[in-house]
Amino acid sequence: MPEEKVEGCVSTAEGPIVPKKENDTPSASSTPPKEETMSVMVGHEAPDFGATAFHEGGFKTVKLSDFRGKWVFLCFYPGDFTFV
Amino acid sequence: MLACSTDSHFVHKIWQEEELSKMVDGGFPFPMLSDAGGKIGEVYGVYERGAGVDVRGRFIIDPDGVIQAIEILTPPVGRKVTESIRQLQAFQHVRATKGTEVCPAGWEPGDPVLKPGPDLAGKVWKVWKPTE
Repeated sequence: MPEEKVEGCVSTAEGPIVPKKENDTPSASSTPPKEETMSVMVGHEAPDFGATAFHEGGFKTVKLSDFRGKWVFLCFYPGDFTFV
Repeated sequence: MLACSTDSHFVHKIWQEEELSKMVDGGFPFPMLSDAGGKIGEVYGVYERGAGVDVRGRFIIDPDGVIQAIEILTPPVGRKVTESIRQLQAFQHVRATKGTEVCPAGWEPGDPVLKPGPDLAGKVWKVWKPTE
């Protein structure tokens, strides 16, 4: 679950979390290296990420992977205090 | 439900206190994420570099972490929540039936579903009318 966030003036989003490669031994196998770039496409796994969030009166670090087992609406919007 | 913009978490807090709590009783109840720098939006294809903001992208992600639906709008037009919920209900129905039942255009809960298979090929017109 989301962990409590330590206070600070600047909090950079952890951003995308790139999965660690399991077999990271170059030239150990003949199979071509897996695609490195994360892509977003229906039917494909959503890239994991971490971000500082405001929720229930406090600041927390939230990871998308915290919500495995649940349906998630992930909604981006252009900014607080805008009109739509 | 996760909301995400390039605003800081401090701005989210003040927006909640000063405005959202006056629009919605008790305020916005879900986590408001800060994508400062737009790195998350970049990966999701919604970060607009010129303005430095995440445009209006909505992703429905299933319990396995798989994206089932994407909707992306430019900033001036808002989403329709009931349509997002309708899509969620349709995807939940498909998942509950392990894909043996699918939801045709305009499907709402309670409407007829389709059962794909050899018998239905070319016979959809018999069981589903677009005007209904």
